[in-house]
Amino acid sequence: MNYILLFTMIIASVVLVAAGMLIARWISPRSYNKQKSESYECGIPTQGETWVHFKAGYYLFAILFLMFDIEAVFLFPWATVVQELGIKALVGVLFFMFILILGLAYAWRKKALEWK
Amino acid sequence: MDFSTITTAIDNLLRTYMPEQAVILAECLLIALCLVLAYVLFAIVMIFMERKVCAAFQCRVGPMRVGYWGLLQVFADVFKMLIKEIISIKRSDHILYSLAPYIVVMSSVLTFSCLPFARGLQALDFNIGVFFLMAASSFGVLGILLAGWSSNNKFSMIGAMRSGGQMISYELSVGLCMLTMVVLGGTMQISAIVESQLDGWFIFKGHIPACIAFVIYLIAGNAETNRAPFDLPEAESELTAGYHTEYSGMHFGFFYVAEFMNVFIVSAIASTLFLGGWAPLYIPGLNAVNAVMGYIPGIVWMLGKTFFVIWLLMWIRWTFPRLRIDQVLVLEWQYLVPIGLVNLLLMTICVVMGWTF
Repeated sequence: MNYILLFTMIIASVVLVAAGMLIARWISPRSYNKQKSESYECGIPTQGETWVHFKAGYYLFAILFLMFDIEAVFLFPWATVVQELGIKALVGVLFFMFILILGLAYAWRKKALEWK
Repeated sequence: MDFSTITTAIDNLLRTYMPEQAVILAECLLIALCLVLAYVLFAIVMIFMERKVCAAFQCRVGPMRVGYWGLLQVFADVFKMLIKEIISIKRSDHILYSLAPYIVVMSSVLTFSCLPFARGLQALDFNIGVFFLMAASSFGVLGILLAGWSSNNKFSMIGAMRSGGQMISYELSVGLCMLTMVVLGGTMQISAIVESQLDGWFIFKGHIPACIAFVIYLIAGNAETNRAPFDLPEAESELTAGYHTEYSGMHFGFFYVAEFMNVFIVSAIASTLFLGGWAPLYIPGLNAVNAVMGYIPGIVWMLGKTFFVIWLLMWIRWTFPRLRIDQVLVLEWQYLVPIGLVNLLLMTICVVMGWTF
């Protein structure tokens, strides 16, 4: 039942947006002029396209995020059983965390955590 | 009060009139309708509350003209949004441009349907609930990136990139705080997490590490929702409106609704994981007080806590000035992530040693 509900909610969210859009298109006025479909920037015609090479700093943070997010994925199953496993689970995860924190420290040392 | 008695009663009623498949279809339709209506209703309440709270913090009265005490203002706004023309931009990537609001709304509706409003009043209750929450809330950033990328507008692009960098970074802290509470609760199922808080909320059970996690969660949750002081993805004075500059009418309206609902969802998750969800206040030893608290229905507790956290977030929003992008990233990576990791270990030590209440 849970999975059926999950798909129901996905469909419901799509229907919500589609219905809103349809009603808006149905009752809103429509007019056309050439200026209206220009992109809004500063009021003057835009220079060139926006789809250009972008600052690499964002990419660097995405890579770092990936590393730590994978870590979170690994830690979630561990977190549910840590109460039963007790001290063994703590010692085991200390090694895992040590390697991760080493990675963070390396990134910090290399100044990858600062915005340049 | 247990809502599952009501839902089973409806289920049995439907089963007497219809075959199996029709019952499932009807129930799905009913649940979807209820949740979507609740979603829209809470969005309207949130928008009104935002305007009134903001006005109160700035010593103004806020909207007063439409309806008594301005109560109909938001309905007027929604209607205005509906009758605005949806302008399509000539130079944009049309498919991605119109896909973006769907993804943003889908992410927040899915997260919304995981929230436990009362015992038995929860649509999606997976055994990996917290994990699903993270997964569902994290693909909203995809919609924002698409909106900025497809608009073919420099402001949108910069806003989307800032938003992407900020949201994925702070998701880490949100994840670590949730992980800390999962360690304390020992389960990922949301209903089970709330059940185990009936004899004391997690913020009291987990004392110091839980309090640290709560503060980090509030900061990171605020950044996740792109609100001041972390509103640089849509900083009005620099980027017009950030990633939704090119959206008009209802197209923009859905971004707006999803943004407000994300605040609601972040607060509701905070109150579920830390403040006990629908569990009433329980103080060991004071049986009379606990009995009185037990009479207040769960849904009142849940909404009360949620709106309290929302009010805290609004207070933060109207108090602090906006950060710069480098400050935002340094705050996350050099302060919140290391503190979160150490805090997780601290919580694990407390749980393993039995130093929790």
